[in-house]
Amino acid sequence: MLIPPPAERPLQPLPLELVKLTKRFGAFVANDQISLKVPPGTFHALLGENGAGKSTLVKCIMGYHQADEGDLVIDGHSREIRSPYDAYQFGIGMVYQHFTLVPAMTVAENLVLSRPNTPGIIRWKEEREHLREFMKTAPFQVDLDTPAGQLAAGQKQKVEILKQLYLNSRFLILDEPTSVLTPAEADEVLGLIRDKVKAGHLSVLLITHKFREVFAFCDEITVLRRGKFAGAGKVADLRADDMAAMMMGGQREARVVRKLPRERGPAALELKGLCANQDNGLPAVNQVNLTIHEGEVVGIAGVSGNGQRELVEVLAGQRPATGGTVQVHGQAYSATRAEAFQHKVFLLPEEPLRNACVPGMTVAENIAFRSFDRPPIGRAGCFVSRPAIRKFAQELITRFSVKTRSTETPIGDLSGGNVQRAVLARELGPGTAQVLITANPCFGLDFAAVESIHSQITEARNRGVAVLLVSEDLDELLALADRLLVISHGELVYETTPAQAEINTIGHHMAGH
Amino acid sequence: MITESIGGWGVVIGILAGAVRGGTPFLLVSLGECLTEKSGKINLGLEGVLLIGAMSAYAVSYQTGSPWVGVAAAGIAGAILGAIHAFLVSRPKVNDIAAGIAMLIFGSGCAFFLGKPYIQPSAPQLPAIALGGWSSIPQVEAALKISPLFFFGVAAAFLLQAFFRSTRWGMQVRAVGDSPAAAQALGISVPRTRFAAIVTGSALGGMGGAHLSLFYPGAWTEAISSGQGLMAVALVIFARWNPVKCLWASLLFGGAQAVGPSLQAVGISTGYYLWNASPYILTLGVMILTCSPKRTLIGAPGALGSSS
Repeated sequence: MLIPPPAERPLQPLPLELVKLTKRFGAFVANDQISLKVPPGTFHALLGENGAGKSTLVKCIMGYHQADEGDLVIDGHSREIRSPYDAYQFGIGMVYQHFTLVPAMTVAENLVLSRPNTPGIIRWKEEREHLREFMKTAPFQVDLDTPAGQLAAGQKQKVEILKQLYLNSRFLILDEPTSVLTPAEADEVLGLIRDKVKAGHLSVLLITHKFREVFAFCDEITVLRRGKFAGAGKVADLRADDMAAMMMGGQREARVVRKLPRERGPAALELKGLCANQDNGLPAVNQVNLTIHEGEVVGIAGVSGNGQRELVEVLAGQRPATGGTVQVHGQAYSATRAEAFQHKVFLLPEEPLRNACVPGMTVAENIAFRSFDRPPIGRAGCFVSRPAIRKFAQELITRFSVKTRSTETPIGDLSGGNVQRAVLARELGPGTAQVLITANPCFGLDFAAVESIHSQITEARNRGVAVLLVSEDLDELLALADRLLVISHGELVYETTPAQAEINTIGHHMAGH
Repeated sequence: MITESIGGWGVVIGILAGAVRGGTPFLLVSLGECLTEKSGKINLGLEGVLLIGAMSAYAVSYQTGSPWVGVAAAGIAGAILGAIHAFLVSRPKVNDIAAGIAMLIFGSGCAFFLGKPYIQPSAPQLPAIALGGWSSIPQVEAALKISPLFFFGVAAAFLLQAFFRSTRWGMQVRAVGDSPAAAQALGISVPRTRFAAIVTGSALGGMGGAHLSLFYPGAWTEAISSGQGLMAVALVIFARWNPVKCLWASLLFGGAQAVGPSLQAVGISTGYYLWNASPYILTLGVMILTCSPKRTLIGAPGALGSSS
């Protein structure tokens, strides 16, 4: 191939075009004749609901998949990309939704390892010299000697982007890069990339759900819906409604349940001086005092890795507290099955497949986890009636519109949104919940699923359930919460209400200043 | 007797000599296990590898008359057994613990079956490197007759350390073991890297077996390994997956093994069998001290023991 090696390549943005690209998996058409054009030096957004085919499309560009039909035109020539290595040779790089850093390695090691032409024996002195030179031109600074696993999510995302710049990528694909960042960090990162685009160093294709980012940073958009092209245009000519209509296909039913005004009820969940450690034995949650009343949603905002996970795990009984007390309805609560049943404490944790399901067991069995040992499913204290499980699950599957082939499908085979719906059905379906603890309930879900889960949470609140909502999505918190607290370094550092909330102030506290 | 004339020092010298002599197989097996586990897989079959290595080394040394060819044969036999394990664990839904136990039984069975004819004859042994010529005390002189494989192991420990830190392949092994998803995104082949790591690690383990049959105790019997291949797994945890720490830990385990015989040599035979159990007690102690449900081990490869 007559392509100069990346290090000597001039820093010019790369024009890239897809022409009628089709990708099939068996009978399923993931991408149906999709055309997309990213002129050099522009910031292009790729929009669409989950399952619309965005990931498949960019994976075709990156060489993970081979398109069945259509052309990939780079710099005016039709090209074939057979592997991510080919993509790298063309100067195309991608920042993934999940991190691709090796946690045990330092930032410097991660960067050097990412180079496909890393020499067999690494001369660290020269490499460090080279890295220092590179960091002088980098848009953000990260300590090179910190192991990647110890970086906060925002820092990791910056390293991911630095990695692409280090590889001299001229066309950058960003897959929802801001889902783990604070609003201020998101603006900073995208702003700095935007500067690189403006300066004529890069073209960018951004996959996102957030219209705010589209309007603030992007030049043009392309929208996919169910694997098909659903619209495109210049951002300047479009309104948010137009984009939403393209994504949803105009059949969007706005059925968000409204929060009913209500008096604050008696205290349901009380945390006093709660402390907990993270996996490596260092403190993660520090002296958290919090009271949640009946019929109230208390939101906890924070950048991931500030103790939220550990806090929720303590309340879920997955992690021992190292200090302090948890009380529900005035009685000590240690999250045993009996106590959870007695006080009707229910849970909607993040990563439900890991935290709330047994992936290999069937949907019906998973839905029956709260009730299999009690009548009508449990019989005589030790027997379980399978017909009763199926009947119980079938009803909830219908009511919560869980898309599954049957009640006997392993729950691990369901899509993320449907797993979350099934868990929601289990936790809120019987309608007996009095306390609901939930963390990032909508992470990675599309509009329709998010709306339905938000509605369920609001409905529960209106019924008088005390809800603790831990989320990294500020929009979600502002929409659902009655009170909003900010967690930073394991401590609750700020309290406000959505009505009085100022994004900048919240971001300031989230960043730990 | 001179033993009595140096009294308590005899025990100390005995333990130190035992640390080097008995620690060598621990060292080679634990380095092999360290390399294997750094790639994210566990190989419990190293006990079988150790036995097949000991048997092949002895048999080949006997047949060819060269102990060095025996060492090479042990490495190759270990690598073959490792390749089977690597192939098994690269298949989807194969648990590496279960496969390892199967390989342990398979490896030792093969060694016993093929090694039957070699229990009686005596094979040429590896020449000791004598560093004790300066001393007039026979115990010191005997203690300083050191196996060439010990020096090989020490060099391997430091080389492996440098390999993980400053070579592309070493970093790739670490990446695969810590985060297979990240490694894949970097274009590193996870199955191939693991295959290479497991095969190389098993070759090292096989050479540890050669030390057993060709240096100390220096004969082929079925009871020759007495679980050292399994203890190496604990040793790697104790050493926090660090090759140079594996060296120190191996010396400690080797020393523990020599406590009983050393005491007996100076006439203390009370609790002989109890003292002989000290490496196993040490293993249990290490496991209890280092494993806590409340925190993860620092240095543990992230993907170790997961099905990915």
